[in-house]
This record gives sequence, C-alpha cells and structure tokens, in this order.
Amino acid sequence: MRLPDSVRHAWAIAAKDLLVEFRSRTGILSAGVFVVLVLMVFNFGRDPTAVSNIVLAPSILWVTFTFAAILALNRAFQLELENQALDGLLLAPIERGSIYLGKLVANLLFVASVEVLGVPLVALFFNVEVWAHIGTLAGIIVLATIGFVSIGTLFSAMTVRTRFAELLLPVVLLPFMILPLMWATLATTSVFADRPLNEIAGWLKMLAGYDIVFVVVSLLLFPATVNE
Amino acid sequence: MRLLRAGRWITGIALVLLAGVYVRALAYTPVERAQGLAQKIFYLHVPAAIWAEGAMILVGVASIVYLFLKDPRLDRFAHASAEVGTVFAVLMLTTGPIWGKPIWGTWWTWDARLTLALFLFLLYVGYLLLRGAVADPASRARFAAVLGICGMILVPFVHLSVYMFRTLHPMPIVLKPSEPSLPGSMLTTWLMSVGVFTLLYVGFVIQRYALSYLNEQLEAAGGIP
Repeated sequence: MRLPDSVRHAWAIAAKDLLVEFRSRTGILSAGVFVVLVLMVFNFGRDPTAVSNIVLAPSILWVTFTFAAILALNRAFQLELENQALDGLLLAPIERGSIYLGKLVANLLFVASVEVLGVPLVALFFNVEVWAHIGTLAGIIVLATIGFVSIGTLFSAMTVRTRFAELLLPVVLLPFMILPLMWATLATTSVFADRPLNEIAGWLKMLAGYDIVFVVVSLLLFPATVNE
Repeated sequence: MRLLRAGRWITGIALVLLAGVYVRALAYTPVERAQGLAQKIFYLHVPAAIWAEGAMILVGVASIVYLFLKDPRLDRFAHASAEVGTVFAVLMLTTGPIWGKPIWGTWWTWDARLTLALFLFLLYVGYLLLRGAVADPASRARFAAVLGICGMILVPFVHLSVYMFRTLHPMPIVLKPSEPSLPGSMLTTWLMSVGVFTLLYVGFVIQRYALSYLNEQLEAAGGIP
C-alpha cells in the first residue's frame, strides 16, 4: 500500500531533520546537558523540609520541559536559514502542510528524547515514585507536548526571520504554553499523589481538545508564515 | 484628517460620559452591603475586562479576513485593536488589585483567573513586540495575523479553564446563563458603564487607526526626517 504523498513528504522532511541532528548530535547533547543542569539548579532553590518532593516534582518536571522545548523549537527553523535552505524547501513540489507536519514530527521526536531523559532524572534527583504510574505519566506528557510543540513549530517559522529570534519565540509562545502546562502540572501532581484516574480525566480532555484545535489551526495558518 | 478628529471627539464624549457614570455610581447607586465602597470599582473593572477580551477577539476576526483579502486596512485595524486591548488589559490588571487589597487582603494572588488575565496582557505584549520585530510591512501583517488568530482561539480556552479551577475571583454575576443576580439600579449603572467603555474602545481604535494611516503616508512620502 502506498501512503498518501503528503504523508511521505512530511516524513521525508522529518527524516532529513532527524538525520542532520543524528549526524552532528550537538542539539540533542546540549539539550540533554541543559536538562541535567536545570534540574541541578532547582535543587538549590528548594527546601525539602518546607515543601515535599511530591508537591514540587511536577512543577520542576514541567518547567524543565518548557525550557528544553523552547531550545528545540528555536533550532527547528534555524537549520533552514543556512544557505537559504528554506527557499529550497519552499520551492520543492510539496504542500506547505507537509512541510509543517514534517517539522512538527521532527520537533516532537527531539523534545520526546529530551523528556525520556528528564523523567528518570526527576525520579532520581527528587525521589518520586514514577515507575508505578509510567503509563499515565507518558499519556500526560504526550498530550501536553503535542499541544505546545504544534503551536511552537508554527511560531518558530515566524520568529526565526525576525530580529531577536531567540528572545522573541519564548515571549510569544509562553502565553500559549501556559494552559497545557497548567493542566499537565495539575494532572502530574495528582498522579504522583496516587489519586484515582478519574480525577485527571478533565485535564486530559482539555489537553486533547487543545491539541486537536492547535494542530489543525497551525496546519491551516502555516502557509501564511512562509508564503511571500 | 477627518478620521482622527472623529476619533478624538468620540473619545472626548466617552470620557465625559465615564465621569457621568461615576457620578451615578458613587451618588445614586446603592452601596453594596458586604464590600462597601470597594465594590464601586466593579463598574470600571468588569467593562475593562470585557473589552480586553473583546479586543483580542476582534483582532482575530480582522486577522482571518486579512489573510483572505490582504487588505491593509484590516491589518491597521488589528494593530489598533491590539493596542487598545492592551490599555484595557492594563486597566483590568490595575483595578483588580486595588479592589483585592481591601477585600482579599492581598494585592495579588496566583489564582487561575488572575494568572490568565495576566497572560492575556502578555499575549498582547507579545503581539505588539512581534509587530515591532519585523521590518517588511507585508510579512509583518501576515505574522501578526497568524498570532492574532491564535490569540483569539486561546481566549475561549482561558475562559473554559477558569470554570475548572476553584478560584477566589467572584464568579460572573451578569454575563451568565441564568438571570443577572444584580439589583436593578446597579445593573443599570453597570450597563451604562459597558456602553461608555464600548464608546471609548471605538474612539481609541479610530484614533490609533488614523495615526497608523498617517504614519504609512509619511513613510511612503519619503520617511520620517
């Protein structure tokens, strides 16, 4: 069976980005080291006798993921600026939507690999029981990550061609990240505290709704960010 | 220019009417029993909040139409509406704490509603910063439109999620599915205030729109000396 062209094109772009990343490994290595350093910095700002780790760990986890995701998203279109690669990409006979989807998939995989590193580190450094809830936690992480990476991929296509790109992306993106982060943090807190699953169903539904809305909207709006 | 003058007139009339609303609110509207005089700020805070959100929605609507028609007038309107929305968001964020200090005992609390109101303000700031960071007018308009549409979509999410948190902030007492639970005289004052704020919004937007237009004319004629 042949996949539709748009899917094949999207995968080709994602594979290209991931291959570039895999060959150099600078992005993923710096992001990994960054996550370790952020977690260490948090360690200095906490007082374990005042706030218990179970209360603190979800916020630390999500703040770390936020920073890591912004780093990854800044990188996504920066790659294309060298040698006018973006013009080449836009001239290629593929749909704009496929370019967006390809970038989205590459970003998601990049952020996911950072998160795969981050979760055990949080479990290790802050002594929270993660393995018993790993399925639910993975679900929350996947839903929240799709939400903010989808909108972040759209914005990074714009901010990369402005002045102060590295600074402007977080300024524009954070108001959009705050809602999924809030829901994800609350859901994670409830999971770490061994609360029943139905307590987080509301947050998960909101996260899923946010994902659907913003993936579709980004897909529709992406052409406006690259067409001249 | 006629448009600028019209905007100034509308704003002037609205400011006079605003003073009138406050005379009515202070002298002819009953004092709320539990909150006392602090409640009077409600006639300023809620209309400002309504227009802070309303302006974002209008930015989004203008942006959608802009992406189809590419009419620079729509972009100018979206820019004007975003700046005026910022002003109303600042008004909402300053009147809130003034009320919060005597009633809650604190200027600010990280309550869901307050946090999200602050993020609405930061959304406006981000929008205006993005506009400032793009030099080419055509890309600036397109980028701003994309962000404006996303911002408009975010507003209902913010609104929905407020109902999911236990929050300190008073729940809506006028704009809610059931009948307004506000005494008649207070409701009248409040509705007058909403009307005045609508007029203020229109006046501000017309002035800002005219200024952008004049600015563009100046740039086209050889730039600012």
